[in-house]
Amino acid sequence: MEKYIGEYLLPGQLGHFFIILSLVASLVATIAYFMDVRTVRLNPGTTFSPWRTLARGAFITEVISVISIFAILFYIIHNHRFEYYYAWKHSNLSLEFKYLLACFWEGQEGSFLLWSFWHCLLGLVVIKTAKSWESSVMTIISGAQFALATMVLGIFFFGSKIGTNPFILLRDTEGFLNNPDFRVNGNLAGPIMNDYLSHIVDGNGLNPLLQNRWMVIHPPVLFLGFASTLIPFAFALAGLWTRRISEWVNQALPWALFSLAVFGVGIMMGAWWAYESLNFGGYWAWDPVENASLVPWLILAAGIHTLLIYKHSGYSLRSTYLFLVLTFIFVLYSTFLTRSGILGESSVHAFTDLGMNVQLFLFLYGFVWLAPILAANTFNKRIITLFSAAVLGLACYFLNISWLPLIAMLAGVITFMVFVFQQVPSVKKEEEGSSREFWMFIGSLVFFLSAMVIIFKTSLPVFNKLFGINTAAPEDVEYSYNQIQVLVAVIIGILTGATQYLRYRNTPTKMFWKKMALPLILSIIASALVLAFGKVNYTQKGLGFEMEIWLAVAASVYAIIANAGYIWIGMRGKLNLSGGSVAHLGFGLVLLGILLSSAKKEVLSYNTSGIAVSFGEKSDQKPGENLTLVKGMTMKMGKYDVTYRGDSLHPKKPTQRYFRIDFRQRETGEQFTLWPDAFINDKENALMSSPDARHYLSHDVFVYVSSMPDPGKNTDTSKFVSHVRSVGDTIFYSKGYIILEDLAGSDNIPLDKLSPKDSAYTATLRVHSFARQGDYKRNLLLVKPFDKPSYAEPDTVMAEGLVLRLDELNGGKANIGVRESDNVLEYVTLKAYKFPFIGVLWGGIVITAFGTFMSMARRIRLNRAARNKTIPSAEASAAGS
Amino acid sequence: MKKIHIILLVAIAAAVAVLVSFLQATSTYDTVATARSKPGKFVHLMASWDKGSPLQYDAINNPNFLSFTAIDTLGEKVKVIYNNPKPENFEQAPRLVMKGKYVNGVFECSNIQTKCPSKYKEEAGSNNTQTTQAGSNGAQPASTRTISELSK
Repeated sequence: MEKYIGEYLLPGQLGHFFIILSLVASLVATIAYFMDVRTVRLNPGTTFSPWRTLARGAFITEVISVISIFAILFYIIHNHRFEYYYAWKHSNLSLEFKYLLACFWEGQEGSFLLWSFWHCLLGLVVIKTAKSWESSVMTIISGAQFALATMVLGIFFFGSKIGTNPFILLRDTEGFLNNPDFRVNGNLAGPIMNDYLSHIVDGNGLNPLLQNRWMVIHPPVLFLGFASTLIPFAFALAGLWTRRISEWVNQALPWALFSLAVFGVGIMMGAWWAYESLNFGGYWAWDPVENASLVPWLILAAGIHTLLIYKHSGYSLRSTYLFLVLTFIFVLYSTFLTRSGILGESSVHAFTDLGMNVQLFLFLYGFVWLAPILAANTFNKRIITLFSAAVLGLACYFLNISWLPLIAMLAGVITFMVFVFQQVPSVKKEEEGSSREFWMFIGSLVFFLSAMVIIFKTSLPVFNKLFGINTAAPEDVEYSYNQIQVLVAVIIGILTGATQYLRYRNTPTKMFWKKMALPLILSIIASALVLAFGKVNYTQKGLGFEMEIWLAVAASVYAIIANAGYIWIGMRGKLNLSGGSVAHLGFGLVLLGILLSSAKKEVLSYNTSGIAVSFGEKSDQKPGENLTLVKGMTMKMGKYDVTYRGDSLHPKKPTQRYFRIDFRQRETGEQFTLWPDAFINDKENALMSSPDARHYLSHDVFVYVSSMPDPGKNTDTSKFVSHVRSVGDTIFYSKGYIILEDLAGSDNIPLDKLSPKDSAYTATLRVHSFARQGDYKRNLLLVKPFDKPSYAEPDTVMAEGLVLRLDELNGGKANIGVRESDNVLEYVTLKAYKFPFIGVLWGGIVITAFGTFMSMARRIRLNRAARNKTIPSAEASAAGS
Repeated sequence: MKKIHIILLVAIAAAVAVLVSFLQATSTYDTVATARSKPGKFVHLMASWDKGSPLQYDAINNPNFLSFTAIDTLGEKVKVIYNNPKPENFEQAPRLVMKGKYVNGVFECSNIQTKCPSKYKEEAGSNNTQTTQAGSNGAQPASTRTISELSK
């Protein structure tokens, strides 16, 4: 085998070994846990069998393997081992250490590994805490681990590639193999150069947009959210499988709450990142990728609430099964959407089509059918389900019916629902209309349907492929979502407040209204004040939508006050019991923050004043939302006077420019400076800009660069035109005229480096622009040393695009050179926004997460207490009570 | 029927109604000819920039006005007006997706998405030489002052 100079192949080989080990170990763990469940069922009275020990050993082996894979990949990137494709593709020599993890997550393989890593940790906690549920739940978790391990395999199986190996060598990739530069004598048919590695000067580098602390934090938190949705899913299916239809509920609840909190924070970190660092102009755009992660979260929230309904009243167990199982299914669907490239046309997020579509589909398909297979309670049902799944799967693969995959998926989900219906009992008696469970159910239903509507709209590209149609998103995508979601906010806002005051089973009407009265009155007053003084006016979409927004503001104010009231009145201020109310209060703040900041979002940078308008074709629509600032010229922007002072380079990244924009508030005189940055990404020739913002308590002022002159495009073909003039004469240029006011000779010019024998001259010019007020004065210098060639120093009038030069002076007449050029101009085009009350949103998220964690902690404590109660009295007395 | 079942039906009917109205509002991916045949209707026009025809953009006087001619794969041309700054990689993009309407002989678009050439098929090694060159001669603006120098 050939040896290439400088290659260090051991890490890659070791890494690949651990990948295979983790694959095998997870398979063994899955089978062993499965056998344990089976053995226990066949031997009543036992709680576990030797299979469990084997399974645990296999799982721990897998955990060690995954950690090793991480460590090896880290080593490869950190040490810039560019013989490995992953290091070459995602990093370069100038990579700062703090962004190293960002490189990890940038690639598909890295994010799959991250997901797998979280499953490892969560699995260990399950082993420690799940007691009699361990084997059944871990079977499913290990199964998911096996599926994830296949994603990073990179092996060929009967001609198809399974997974992409993160340890693949650069010299085995298509781009390298097709590059003649690395072949001996440039011959593609010949061998690769022995010392190719020495020609690889640097890596491809991390996408500059991702060199950001958010790229380090957001993926891990979000993926922990994704990973943790597996646990409630596993508990639900384990319940059906081991015929303990309702006993899993208590254990699963804290897991579901954990998942809700972490997942929610992960999603909103993405929103914060978009707001703070990207130029989307906001924190949420109903982009397909955003929607795909929001949808499982909504379903999970619905599932948690139906779970609570069941715990307290016995209703809604079937819905709980459906919601918790669908949560994980939609996580898999969102993985499919974001990694398959199918959203390429409809989303601003970048995608790679790694050719893994079949595998991603199989992952989703497998788990969709796993649910009914485990839910089947007779051998026949199970076999028939398994058989149908296999037949449909093969039919999808071999028959070319484009819509068959959708039918196959739906068949799996419906089969699962049928089995749940058959096996899970439901309470015969109807819920009371005045009961808490009735209204909580309505809230869960609204959340679920809202999620279905969102995912349907987001899946248009999928429908295009399935049905061969050609639909594209409607004209105002955001409005089409907002229209509905604001209504959802109204309903949810009211329900989160009012339902707290209802009792389970039945609420006496008088009592309800008595307790409700004060919060309700306070809310009406508060909402009226907010709407009156807050000036929440949103007229862009008509009165109907504006009224929706007002209603929603009132509903969220109500949610905040009612929940605060409940914490005070209902719980007597006992905070540790009120996690739910705290979370709902936070959620009310979130809704209010969203409504206020989005409805009152103002574009500050309307292009109405300042530079004279001499359009070729005037547009009679609203003035453009971007403003060009010429360096040094102060312009009006809203209630600010804004000046572009100049730009500077990032000390380490020469392509990144920071623009200094000085703001001065006209009324208050307050001054501050913002530094939005921008650069042209060489690889894609796209402008990447990060905004800068000024945060006040009540709002944010937000600026980003939307266009700038490209310093690389210096194709200046304009020339100097020479004019011979005397003092008092005029030179005309395209936008105005220049008057030669004075000429002076060497005696009057204070200059060092001049000897008495040298001559120097100045010409004083006054430049008058037709479009602007105020003239420019310039002094041009011409130096004629006695023994050297003369040189003329050009001067510029940037705002006019003029370059002026004193070329010659002869007997009272001057040769003035005039050149008109755009490239002289330093300008930057900006968009500026004002986001009022955005702090309410971010604060609300923190409070919601905090409240959810409080609930989780309480449920864990309650579970522990319930477990301790069942310890036999002999043990208790032995413990010395 | 149980109350809850009625509510379920009503809620699902509402959701379906929402989706139906959404589907009616959806637009389509179009060529110049089909866009022309639907005047006033919002479409996604798939075309590219016609280099031979004039392009008008003056960032200094009006950064919010871009006018150019688009040509699709069938060879049909149409004049396009875009009321926002010119996207940075406009001239290099081989394909554009323009969202807008055909009105009075002109395609007025509200959004342009540039399609970058296969981003993910970079050739190994070739980009390295590019980046080192870019470091030395490109992207050097006229003023290279440091931040401290600017804060006079």
